[in-house]
Amino acid sequence: MINIAIEKKLKAYHGQQVLKVNRQFTTGSVTKIYGPSGSGKTTFLKIIAGLVTPEKGTIVSDDITWFNAETKVNIPTQKRNTGFVFQQYALFPNMTVRQHLEYATADEAWIKKLLLLGKLDTLQEHKPDYLSGGQQQRLAILRALATKPQILLMDEPFSALDPKMKTELIGELKEVIKELNITTLIVSHNPQELDGWADGELVFE
Amino acid sequence: MDFSPIWLTLKLAGITTLILLFVGLPFAWWLSRGRSFWKIIIEAIITMPLVLPPSVLGFYLLLAFSTQHGLGKWLQKVFDVQFVFSFQGLVLASVIYSIPFMVGPVKSALQQLPSSLAEASYTLGKTEWQTFRYVLLPNIKPSLLTAAVLTFAHTLGEFGVVLMIGGNIPGVTRVASIAVYDAVEQRDYAMANNYSLILFAITFVLVIAVFVFNKYQAKGPLA
Repeated sequence: MINIAIEKKLKAYHGQQVLKVNRQFTTGSVTKIYGPSGSGKTTFLKIIAGLVTPEKGTIVSDDITWFNAETKVNIPTQKRNTGFVFQQYALFPNMTVRQHLEYATADEAWIKKLLLLGKLDTLQEHKPDYLSGGQQQRLAILRALATKPQILLMDEPFSALDPKMKTELIGELKEVIKELNITTLIVSHNPQELDGWADGELVFE
Repeated sequence: MDFSPIWLTLKLAGITTLILLFVGLPFAWWLSRGRSFWKIIIEAIITMPLVLPPSVLGFYLLLAFSTQHGLGKWLQKVFDVQFVFSFQGLVLASVIYSIPFMVGPVKSALQQLPSSLAEASYTLGKTEWQTFRYVLLPNIKPSLLTAAVLTFAHTLGEFGVVLMIGGNIPGVTRVASIAVYDAVEQRDYAMANNYSLILFAITFVLVIAVFVFNKYQAKGPLA
């Protein structure tokens, strides 16, 4: 269970806008997040991961305070155990597919399982520059799962996948996420792709 | 022909580049992260050697490290080190003189990396040092090499600073650029030409090497 009640000023083209979220996510739940561009969806995910600091509010995960603006508690990103899929993937150009996963975890069996899940087992020794957009996106998802995170934050994670691959991957992800009981937040421009999976939604205005 | 000025020059440039690799990298990393008043001041200070006449820098170093008073006197008394008219003095002066050539390119290369690379590494539980070592540094390799070669080449080309703080002691502080000046003073133009030609050839090859390497890097993805 993660409890989030935060306020953060957003830099917008026309003056300023305040991002306000007050929401609880039960452990293992899958929530889709959508709303117009610039409404703070990415910022919200980054706040949960500890990459952006809100001005006000609290974040409490399983009774551990991650963030409290008043008492100045701010647990660093490294200790929050969140998996993050960046919209632009943020893959490491110097590392091969396998090295990405090895950088994140020492669990060889898990690496093998992830490679199969993302259908990247035949491309293990390739660097991101030699992967297609869809392959890069899958690697970004695998890397985020590699640490077996408590919370998985995905920013437009399926945008570069063709419909067939998307359906297959979502099917497999569903199982892994359920098995590990990961609380999952997915930002999507195309929320109907998550129909039948997401059990909640959060709409940004 | 006396080759000692050439060897001395190469030794000085090599040591300076090595020191700057160790000192300059963390420095560049620190400067690349965010902006603050003090960072601007410190960045301005380390950029000064680019625009200041070398003789000005050399003059102040000479004053600071003169064994007659202040810091220089204290250093000699307590540690028995002397920075004026000595090889270690040349190294110190060269490090200061060439610091913008190492820090500048590395800093801007680090700034050009998307911030999400480091962020992704942090979400994997990696510390800032691990992130710097395994993610950031390997992805700025071409800039790192360029910075190292330029630092080396720039040190080869020193004259004013070296002359002010090191003087012209054969085998100790007489580097190639000073040997050229010395030979001309003595109207030994053949000797001046020998040293000049060697310096020209070495620096030319270095600059060509940087161009070729950068062109190759620009074509292919990061090695």
